[in-house]
Amino acid sequence: MPNTRARRAKRPGPRHHTRRDLAVLGVLLGIPILLDLALIWGPTLASVGLSFTTWDGIGAIHWAGLTNYDNLFTTYPQFWPAVRHNLLWLAALGLLAAPFGLLLAVLIDRGVRFSRFYQSTLYMPVVLSLAVVGFIAQLILSRDQGALNAVIGGRNPTDWLGNPGLNIWMVLLAACWRHTGYVMILYLAGLKSVDPGLKEAAALDGASERQAFFRIVLPTLRPVNVIVGVITVIESLRAFDIVYAINKGRNGLELLSVLVTDNIIGEAGRIGFGSAIAVVLLLVSLGFIVTYLVQELRGEERR
Amino acid sequence: MTAPAATAPPAPRPAHAPRAPARRRGRFGVHLFLSTVSLAFLAPLLLAVYASLRPYEETAAYGYFSLPRHLSFDYYHQAFTDSGMGRYFLNSLLIAVPGVLLTLFLASFVAFAVSRLRIRGGLVLLMLFTAGNLLPQQVIVTPLYVLFNKIPLPYWMSASLTMYDSLWAVIAVQIAFQLGFCVFVLANFMRTLPREILEAAIVDGAGVWAQYRRVTLPLCRPALAALGTLQFTWMYNDFLWGLVFLSDGDKLPVTSALNNLRGQFFTDYNLLAAGSVLVALPTIVVFLLLQRHFIAGLTLGASKG
Repeated sequence: MPNTRARRAKRPGPRHHTRRDLAVLGVLLGIPILLDLALIWGPTLASVGLSFTTWDGIGAIHWAGLTNYDNLFTTYPQFWPAVRHNLLWLAALGLLAAPFGLLLAVLIDRGVRFSRFYQSTLYMPVVLSLAVVGFIAQLILSRDQGALNAVIGGRNPTDWLGNPGLNIWMVLLAACWRHTGYVMILYLAGLKSVDPGLKEAAALDGASERQAFFRIVLPTLRPVNVIVGVITVIESLRAFDIVYAINKGRNGLELLSVLVTDNIIGEAGRIGFGSAIAVVLLLVSLGFIVTYLVQELRGEERR
Repeated sequence: MTAPAATAPPAPRPAHAPRAPARRRGRFGVHLFLSTVSLAFLAPLLLAVYASLRPYEETAAYGYFSLPRHLSFDYYHQAFTDSGMGRYFLNSLLIAVPGVLLTLFLASFVAFAVSRLRIRGGLVLLMLFTAGNLLPQQVIVTPLYVLFNKIPLPYWMSASLTMYDSLWAVIAVQIAFQLGFCVFVLANFMRTLPREILEAAIVDGAGVWAQYRRVTLPLCRPALAALGTLQFTWMYNDFLWGLVFLSDGDKLPVTSALNNLRGQFFTDYNLLAAGSVLVALPTIVVFLLLQRHFIAGLTLGASKG
């Protein structure tokens, strides 16, 4: 605390920017701000606005009030399955992939030999495009040509990606494949910055490794936990590429993001309705974004 | 980043001699577990590579895990020539290279203004950019689609005469979207730089541009390298923007084009495997060469000073 006060005292008084300084600031702050407003926040607001209209993208825009939302919640057959799939996605990433990533990070952090090899291998899927993950999933899981059925054999091949009761689980497996490595890297970095003195002290006090982990290490990883939580939520709301690469998100693989895309591109042209789905997605994610940013903001103020 | 940990000298390790045997057995278990998981993680990729090197008839006749009779790069040749993947790779580069450079440039200046100049409203700016990066892409897709259709471009810039169906649209969105992440990371990074250097420069009469270009930017080289690697991977891997904002198949980036390739060669999975491996290759190479930067980029965003 006294440190920051001293720093603030040192701060020079009102600064005089020359005209050139102002021009540089104006242009180089202006362009990114303009881009951000025009291509991110403007469209976000426009989505909200369009969601209250019936618009096919060409003709006149008609105000529709809450009709789109009413239809969405009551009559649109794909909506609730899509919500359920997004929630499943969240559960799989949050309850399986993230803890598994943490476990791997802890094991690697204990300084085993070949740790770099393990680290790189486990991390490899993260650099792959989700679209590529989708294609590789097909190579393995396709009904007639897939490798998995070739291994299992049997007379009636399982349709891993075509059976609507089964395919979402296979896709989740693929999503976890990628998410685990991501989480692992974040925790590895976090674990490296844990003061080794703390662990030594705990060991000297007779704490078992497990106790030391849950009482000392995990609490100090709090910032990483927050980040992992945010990434997990955002990823599961954004989920799109894998299912779209597999079957355009149909037949058991519906997701909110797919429904938006389906309604706005292609021949459907139900822009108002598609926007309503996007707004649902927006509201859910904004809840998490605001919570996260408030937390960041508090950290900022403490500096 | 790790300054506090570095200043504290590590305490001498207490000897664990009596516990050694148990620990060795534990180690063996850990290796067994880690190598099993590693193998499971690699298996899909290895399988794709293996399949792509063998003729389809052979896999069909003898199964995926049989020993190879013929191995060749024929499928790679075929994927590259028949489907014109070279062009799609070029498209991806045309998007990702300017995208990464401009994003880093603009983001570094915003971060500099927010974290080093203490401009008014800096925190609001930081929030605006950061939150923008966390939005699901689908929220902004519709209005952007309409907007890009309304922005006219001269013929030499876009054959479609609008921003829609031109690489400009994809580049612009990539930059706008990724700015948020880069501003966030760079602002956090710049905060860890000593202020004294900047203050000395101000005393010497350095203007805003010199403070940014000559004083701050050189110190950010590691962060920029890390972010550059990461951003390249992300922009290259992107699937949605190309899919939505481009209708002319020839302009697609390679990730979105793979989708078309699949339709073309639906019957031959080994060819599809070759296509997938080809698309994955650049990011894997970048990752293997620049692993440290890549990982640093991700963790820079996650661990605050």
